[in-house]
Amino acid sequence: MTPELQKRIEDLVKQDKIVVFMKGNKLMPQCGFSNNVVQILNSYGVPYSTVDVLEDGDIRQGIKEYSNWPTIPQLYVDGEFLGGSDIAVEMYNSGELEQKLQVALAS
Amino acid sequence: MVSLAQVKATIEAALTDAQVEVRDLTGGGDHLEAIVISPDFEGKSSVDRHRTIYAVLQQELSAEAIHALALTTRTPQEVAASR
Repeated sequence: MTPELQKRIEDLVKQDKIVVFMKGNKLMPQCGFSNNVVQILNSYGVPYSTVDVLEDGDIRQGIKEYSNWPTIPQLYVDGEFLGGSDIAVEMYNSGELEQKLQVALAS
Repeated sequence: MVSLAQVKATIEAALTDAQVEVRDLTGGGDHLEAIVISPDFEGKSSVDRHRTIYAVLQQELSAEAIHALALTTRTPQEVAASR
């Protein structure tokens, strides 16, 4: 990955406390897994930003290298990679996600 | 496209005493779900566990033979505790 792309991704990851790299956007997720993450975050009513990887092939490939994670969606909280859709759902069910988000939003 | 049995065998070969169930979520053969139980997951976070599986299936995932893979990863102890 070029340093420029690395920097672009870092800026995107850190643009908000909660950031989702996904297919589509909040209003029109283009994939069921991306939709899972959006629905979870919406259920908490927390502010978050999304990055549509379908709009940018460099980001789509680059984010996978950045996190060493081969699939989309990817959820970032406070700049830290939390996981993909399955992990978001697991953490939602266990209550761990709500806790993480609250801590991030309060900081 | 990759056969479910092949995915199962690939995961089983890479992990210790793995119990693996692979399902086709859509009937299209490329949206899969895998449930994997192995003592290798002991002491590992979900992220690390999933990364392990992704690494094993790197070829299939990068060639998009598998387009999506839903994962559930558990240790035998966790399975016993939830029963």
